[in-house]
Amino acid sequence: MAKRAAPEVNAGSMADIAFLLLIFFLVTTTIETDSGINRKLPPMEESDEDVIIKQKNIFTVLLNGKDQLLVEDNIMEPKDLRAAAKEFLDNGGDKSCDYCRGKKDPSSSDNPDKAIISLKNERETSYKQYIAVQNELVAAYNELRDARAQSLYGKSFTEMQANYKDVNWPGNKEKLKEKIDKIKLDYPQKLSEVQ
Amino acid sequence: MPAVNTASLPDIVFMLLFFFMVATVMRQNTLKIDNNLPFADQVEKLDKKDLVMYIYAGKPSSNYKQYGTEAKIQLNDNFADVNEIASFIAAERASKREELIPFLTTALKVDSDANMGLIGDIKQELRKVNALKINYTTKKGSVFGRD
Repeated sequence: MAKRAAPEVNAGSMADIAFLLLIFFLVTTTIETDSGINRKLPPMEESDEDVIIKQKNIFTVLLNGKDQLLVEDNIMEPKDLRAAAKEFLDNGGDKSCDYCRGKKDPSSSDNPDKAIISLKNERETSYKQYIAVQNELVAAYNELRDARAQSLYGKSFTEMQANYKDVNWPGNKEKLKEKIDKIKLDYPQKLSEVQ
Repeated sequence: MPAVNTASLPDIVFMLLFFFMVATVMRQNTLKIDNNLPFADQVEKLDKKDLVMYIYAGKPSSNYKQYGTEAKIQLNDNFADVNEIASFIAAERASKREELIPFLTTALKVDSDANMGLIGDIKQELRKVNALKINYTTKKGSVFGRD
């Protein structure tokens, strides 16, 4: 029996089909953003006892309806906020904090554990400005934690956190977690928002 | 002049096609609001997509001008009022497995031009239903020097 040659399929329109699909996916694609600033809201129940906090341990940040920033009763540009917050947190006024590099000014915060940043905004404040301020305050904490981690473990805090989340990281995760918790304890994030 | 050989054109197109097929995430909600997220650089990634509840807010987009220019909340596919957040959270929680409920995060996707009054209301409402883990979704980039 004679072998019949299979007729060749014309692939000339393949490019057209592929283009069609390509254009469909191009149009429907939205690269979603899935990152942001994580925060924890305070629980609802009212505590009866008033906690007494010394005025010098509170760093007040006020944002008014015109997006102007008032820090510790002085007008400030948002770009200077990070440095000011770092100086306040790292002050170590009561000298109990041996790792603080601040000025040890007795009229500023006692130690990072006691230092509280209080953020207040008005209803008219724009969201953009609020996020900018939040970002700067979180950055101040992160920079202090980075410096602390660098001096203790020779690695930055952000790198340690990235390693902890990375599934392929070869090191010991339990030990890493301990280290991360220690740094977090050294510079606890105490950011309160006034309603 | 010899014709350009286009035999590898399908291959190139297929390569692009595969890239977009892999990178595509189909939108869950159709947005009826402007959603131009603000910028921040101290961002953390949301870890699990299925453990996130999305609350959108912003001013109605140009197709929905009849709803005014004041920033509004959008839940699922529709505009919503602040007091609907509680039932939205309850519905989202009911749709998840019970052991996952404590890990649920609320992502606030808010337009950068919205004002904080609305967000304060949302936060207050979230505190009432004990949904305390929130995430201000932002684009990655420097905070300053843009407008």
